[in-house]
Amino acid sequence: MLRRLWERLRHGADTLPYPGGTPGFPERFRGRPVLDPAGAGGPALDLGACLFSPDEATACPEGALRFTTEHRLASRTREGLVTATGELPSPAALQGRARRLFGRSLRLRSVVAGSCGGCEAELVALGNVVFDMARFGVQFVASPRHADGIVVTGTVNPNMRAALEKTYEAVPDPRLVIAVGACAIGGGPFRAGPEAGTGVPAGIPVDLYIPGCPPHPLTILDGLLRLLGRIEDGTRGPRG
Amino acid sequence: MRVGLGLRNRRAVPWPAVPCLAVQEFRRAVIDATGAGGRVVSLFGLPDGPRETRLVAILADDARGELDALSARVSLGYPALTPECPQTHLFEREIAEQCGVVPEGHPWLKPVRRHPPDHLPPGVAPRPFDREAYPFFRIAGDELHEVGVGPVHAGVIEPGHFRFQAHGEEVLFLEIVLGYQHRGVERLLESEPAARGVLIAESIAGDSVIGHVEAWCGALEALARVRKSPRAQAVRGCALELERLASHLGDVGAIAGDIAYAPAAATLGRLRGECLNLLMLLSGNRFGRGLVRPGGVAFDVPDDMAAASVARLERVRAEFDRAADDFFANDSVQGRLDGVGVLTASGCADLGLVGPTARACAVPRDVRTDHPWGVYRYAHIPTATAQAGDASARAVVRQLEIIRSLEFLIEQLPALPRGAPRAALPDRLAPDELTVALVEGWRGEIAHVVVTDATGGIRRWKVTDPSFHNWSALAAAMPGGAISDFPLCNKSFNLSYAGHDL
Repeated sequence: MLRRLWERLRHGADTLPYPGGTPGFPERFRGRPVLDPAGAGGPALDLGACLFSPDEATACPEGALRFTTEHRLASRTREGLVTATGELPSPAALQGRARRLFGRSLRLRSVVAGSCGGCEAELVALGNVVFDMARFGVQFVASPRHADGIVVTGTVNPNMRAALEKTYEAVPDPRLVIAVGACAIGGGPFRAGPEAGTGVPAGIPVDLYIPGCPPHPLTILDGLLRLLGRIEDGTRGPRG
Repeated sequence: MRVGLGLRNRRAVPWPAVPCLAVQEFRRAVIDATGAGGRVVSLFGLPDGPRETRLVAILADDARGELDALSARVSLGYPALTPECPQTHLFEREIAEQCGVVPEGHPWLKPVRRHPPDHLPPGVAPRPFDREAYPFFRIAGDELHEVGVGPVHAGVIEPGHFRFQAHGEEVLFLEIVLGYQHRGVERLLESEPAARGVLIAESIAGDSVIGHVEAWCGALEALARVRKSPRAQAVRGCALELERLASHLGDVGAIAGDIAYAPAAATLGRLRGECLNLLMLLSGNRFGRGLVRPGGVAFDVPDDMAAASVARLERVRAEFDRAADDFFANDSVQGRLDGVGVLTASGCADLGLVGPTARACAVPRDVRTDHPWGVYRYAHIPTATAQAGDASARAVVRQLEIIRSLEFLIEQLPALPRGAPRAALPDRLAPDELTVALVEGWRGEIAHVVVTDATGGIRRWKVTDPSFHNWSALAAAMPGGAISDFPLCNKSFNLSYAGHDL
């Protein structure tokens, strides 16, 4: 027992200083893509369709698209993920009653609906000692009746659509819907298939879109904290 | 005696040379081979002319490192193999669902993933299909009760439905219904161009990105006759071992979490993250997406990156050893894990189990040793086994594999051979060929079987994830146990829903 306590003391804290610290992504990390030369009139980038794969950069003419190490990607609207300039507005925080209700305590129910399991692995990682999402009052709960909202991952395929709709209905109002990952936003790599869906269906209004395949845990955390008004700063330029 | 066409892991053979037997001969050959210790790697159908389906069996002789391919042409039905060869039980249900062919006399002919047939031969009208219809098994009795869980679960867990028939705490029967993650992966791999195919392959099971893309590339490379440089092979091996390391560390940590042993759960969860961060250093993504590509790897490993990775892995090793000593030597940990979810070696052979699940019942199956490819032909990793077949044994096998993957990485990374990271792949694949690409993923054998058509296009892309074999093990391990042990038992297998559902 004493040995274990000593071990614990010796080890110290593991939780990342976030927000505030510099996450320090490696050079090869594929965060927000930018078009060179970025500018109005050129082609637009859709972060909701992006799979953050090196092949997407090599498929473009030399140097036309590259990935930066910028991890902040979330948007309050689907259109907000489409950018011609590389600029991405910071998602607006909840206001009024929703902010008062959820700002310091948000209970979420996870619905996995036709995914590969990658986004879920990163959602689980948010609970570990490094990311420790619970320190912000954000928790996953075991019942939709205990939840303030749902986190949807996966393409929303025919085999899960009814379960998603029932879970959404079971969450009391006011409720939030957060779409995590390329599949939940638009079908991801599976969008051509008849047995996959193209993301959260129109009948379920989405409050926050978090792109990625899968999104890095800090990308998810950044989106959630901005939605809750726990991080506030201006726009995020193409160089991050 | 072999009746099929012999082949090896990642060698392509002419499709017309695969024997097409009468269905009775085909049955006999599969039943005899598995009776003599052989293993069914894959069994599937492909449309073969009007109203006809070709059944293809890939069998493994693990002791000799050989595979065997044989086939038979069937129409609307054939006498099922399952009553005499239980290993084929889920494969035959899958054939019925995908191809509309009925394995007559199958004792448990239920849907696998609940989708309309997607490999129906021309000229066959699909039967009426109801996505919601599923005939549950039920035990009647005044003192029995039924517990249903899922598909939406209490945590962040993939969707699946578990239905228990229980007498008080004691589980009499567990039925596992899957298919909620079905995305139509095989049809997409058959129809999408290779540039998108690789992204789909990386998304078959999001925690086995390297394993599946390695098998996907292995099949393409065999059909395109591409040789990878020793450097590319070594980098791929390192990526696969990093994936195994991260997953096993996470699994032992999650087992610790389930029995409320918080110190080990915290440390091992963090070490898992550190290994994912090393994959991100190499590939730009925590799960290694973008790294493995046909012909080699998309990113090289410079010397300074290799050295930095080794230094970080040395720290992981030191911390893991301390955490593991504490966890495995703890009496209350052992008391909680011993005897939970027991499988026997003969049960393992009957069900055709793979990976750490098989090795924890003293069955030394490991593709890296039995059918080695790439770097594993030169750098041998000893196969780790345990005897008891319970949750404790499954944790111990992972512990041993963590140690050995660390040894492999620390040895390989500073001594990567020279060579180009990636070789060019020709535009065309060899026409009319069959190949089998096997990988020992962290859950066990990943198999991609590919048949090309007369123009070198993809005719069939059959994916078998280790979870397809091993979900049966969880259902077999529960009866007689307590229903409250289910989360722990489930965690000790940690199977993939996405990999099974495709």
